[in-house]
Amino acid sequence: MKFRSLALAAAIASVGLSSAVFTPAAHAQAAEQYFPILVYRTGAYAANGNPWANGYVDYLKLVNAKGGINGVKVSFEECETGYATDRGVECYERLKGKGATVFQPLSTGITFALTEKAPVDKIPLITAGYGRSESQDGSVFTWNFPLLGTYWVAADVAIQHIGKAYGGVDNLKGKKIALVYHDSPFGKEPIPLLQERAKMHGFDLQLLPVAHPGVEQKATWLQIRRDRPDHVLLWGWGVMNSTSLKEAQATGYPRDKMLGVWWAGAEPDVKDVGAGAKGYSALTLQHGAEPNSKVVKDILAMVHDKGQGTGPKDEVGSVLYMRGLISAMLGVEGVAAAQERYGKGKVMTGEQVRWGLENLNLDQDKLDGMGFAGVMRPVQTSCTDHMGASWVRVHTWDGNKWEFSSDWYQADDKVLRPMVLDAASKYAAEKNIQRRTAEQCAQ
Amino acid sequence: MIYRENGQFKTSYLADQQIFTIAQDKWFVLGLIAFAAIGVPFLADEYLFRAVLIPFLVLALAALGVNLLVGYCGQITLGAGAFMAIGAYAAYNFMVRVDGMPLVLAMLLGGVAAAGFGILFGIPSLRVRGLYLAVATLAAQFLCDWAFLRIGWFTNNSASGSVSVAKLEAFGWVINTPVEKYLFCLIFVVVFALLAKNMTRASIGRQWMAIRDMDVAAEVIGIRPMYAKLSAFAVSSFFIGVAGALWGFVHLGSWEPAAFSVDRSFQLLFMVIIGGMGSIMGSFFGAAFIVILPIFLNQFLPFLGGLVGVTVSTAGISHAEFIIFGSLIIFFLIVEPHGLARLWSIAKQKLRLWPFPH
Repeated sequence: MKFRSLALAAAIASVGLSSAVFTPAAHAQAAEQYFPILVYRTGAYAANGNPWANGYVDYLKLVNAKGGINGVKVSFEECETGYATDRGVECYERLKGKGATVFQPLSTGITFALTEKAPVDKIPLITAGYGRSESQDGSVFTWNFPLLGTYWVAADVAIQHIGKAYGGVDNLKGKKIALVYHDSPFGKEPIPLLQERAKMHGFDLQLLPVAHPGVEQKATWLQIRRDRPDHVLLWGWGVMNSTSLKEAQATGYPRDKMLGVWWAGAEPDVKDVGAGAKGYSALTLQHGAEPNSKVVKDILAMVHDKGQGTGPKDEVGSVLYMRGLISAMLGVEGVAAAQERYGKGKVMTGEQVRWGLENLNLDQDKLDGMGFAGVMRPVQTSCTDHMGASWVRVHTWDGNKWEFSSDWYQADDKVLRPMVLDAASKYAAEKNIQRRTAEQCAQ
Repeated sequence: MIYRENGQFKTSYLADQQIFTIAQDKWFVLGLIAFAAIGVPFLADEYLFRAVLIPFLVLALAALGVNLLVGYCGQITLGAGAFMAIGAYAAYNFMVRVDGMPLVLAMLLGGVAAAGFGILFGIPSLRVRGLYLAVATLAAQFLCDWAFLRIGWFTNNSASGSVSVAKLEAFGWVINTPVEKYLFCLIFVVVFALLAKNMTRASIGRQWMAIRDMDVAAEVIGIRPMYAKLSAFAVSSFFIGVAGALWGFVHLGSWEPAAFSVDRSFQLLFMVIIGGMGSIMGSFFGAAFIVILPIFLNQFLPFLGGLVGVTVSTAGISHAEFIIFGSLIIFFLIVEPHGLARLWSIAKQKLRLWPFPH
């Protein structure tokens, strides 16, 4: 019995220790729309995972403060994945039984694992700005929603943006573009599209993988120093991004020739580098840092000022916070759209929310009304297009803050669509999935 | 009193050669297997199957493989994750590239492929031992990480480097529900545990143990070190490879090389050290400790906090989980360096005398 008392003592002691970091958390109750939240507040990617999770939770709190989704209150619960696929799957299994509305794993690795499980459990999967690029094809990937953009969109726009500096993508012939990427499904996703674009325009694509978690990049940047590519695309996450920028500074690679994906364009990525990252640009998933938007002011007034806020107040409105907030908003709007069809003021099931997400129609008026004026452009999904929008802007770090530095871009459907259809058909053939017909879509 | 062998006479050599010579042991283990096969499917819910029991069974099988090598033959390996990866990717390739490949055969072939690589990476063990061997096997880990990330052929040229398997079917049995997956894993684990137990009791296991205890002495009494060591590597890698195939096919369904990273190798080695080196039962204890305890803590701590009336933040739980888990590892290693299996046998000794300790 000595062991038991000791273990108990240890358990109590460490709860006491961790009580220093209390935050109030809501618990699931009946007759509430339940949102499971997969987060990573610890581990190598916590610096980026934290603001995302805070934004997500704060938006759900805002929905409750405003009276819920047509009166239906929202309940939510966090589960820590640590960005590890196996823990993510465990969290998914744990939370799905509690009436989960929609899952947003914020990890391409976990998305791949859950893509196999979602159709069985009938729970939709929103992967706003990440996940499988071919899952845009909703007639094959019934349960996946890569809303707002996929990595193929990001890669496509990145090439358009680089090409613009030369007066058009066709002038990229003979140029050298290096992709420094996180060596995981996340980092590898853009490669097929970049290869396709390289073939079309005749530029030279150099692939430079960086192993998880990305703190060791000396060899990569020595290679860049030797080959001197004209542009570097940075496809990193977490500590990898700031390390890349520091290495670029050390090797003297011009930061204004570097372009990051939207996961490499937030405050934690550049803050430590400060002025050293000046001139570095990154794509945005429509929004940048939006501290002046109405929705952020609402959150400050209705959540943070009431002492209900999640995380530090000064991070509200930062890039990743906004990403989390918008992700939560998309999930909530999916529920609202489902309620339009299945009954306002009712709790929706996963299947109903799936329909809602597939028939999402957020026009500019609606977005402006919710406080997203200047933050987002309209999103409209359909059975064949689960992405809804492919608008991208570029923002640049001026040493202190992110400033938009380009106009709106849109991915070129002529390049993207055939690739999506190809990859989705391949997946369908592998898995023996029948593409949904027009009638099945209409249901 | 409960656990006494008095009156159980062995009247034949056959009776003396049983795996469990004591009736209580035999009935306990048989009862446990029967409970796992018949009782558990009625008791456990989907979460328990998919998040706890299936990973536990698969990793117990892998730990069993590691134990054969580390615990029985005394060769330290840090390449277990790599052999799991080889098993999983080989099985995947057999499934994808050969039409009409049966699932079980593909998994066993995955094990065979892992065994082949096990022998290859076991060759250094003929010259180096101890920590140096551990470093040599670490090379297997890095080679595999590299190969499965970089060589497109292994992943059937999947753009993201992630592979996934279609539906599982063995002998006309479509393995779909969590219960079926659990039973499928259970069959593998029971058969392989029986194999391992018998191997360790047979001449080959005795050779491994002789090598472990003193390789020079073993050589003097006529044991060929090369044969003994390489066979240990082959058998162990086979077990680990099959476990890897189960991990990929049954548990994950879709995986990337990170699922078999060096962390996994360490995890398996810790399972063996904590569970008990040179003990079949210990592999299961170790797997239970490493797989189930963190999940348990993660859910138990908020509950505990709720009792005291505090809500613990997600990060707080995660930190506390690591703190407690780490302290328990240290605690067990201090109290019982021979692992949880040793605690188990001490408990059996005590039960023998109980309630009269003299």
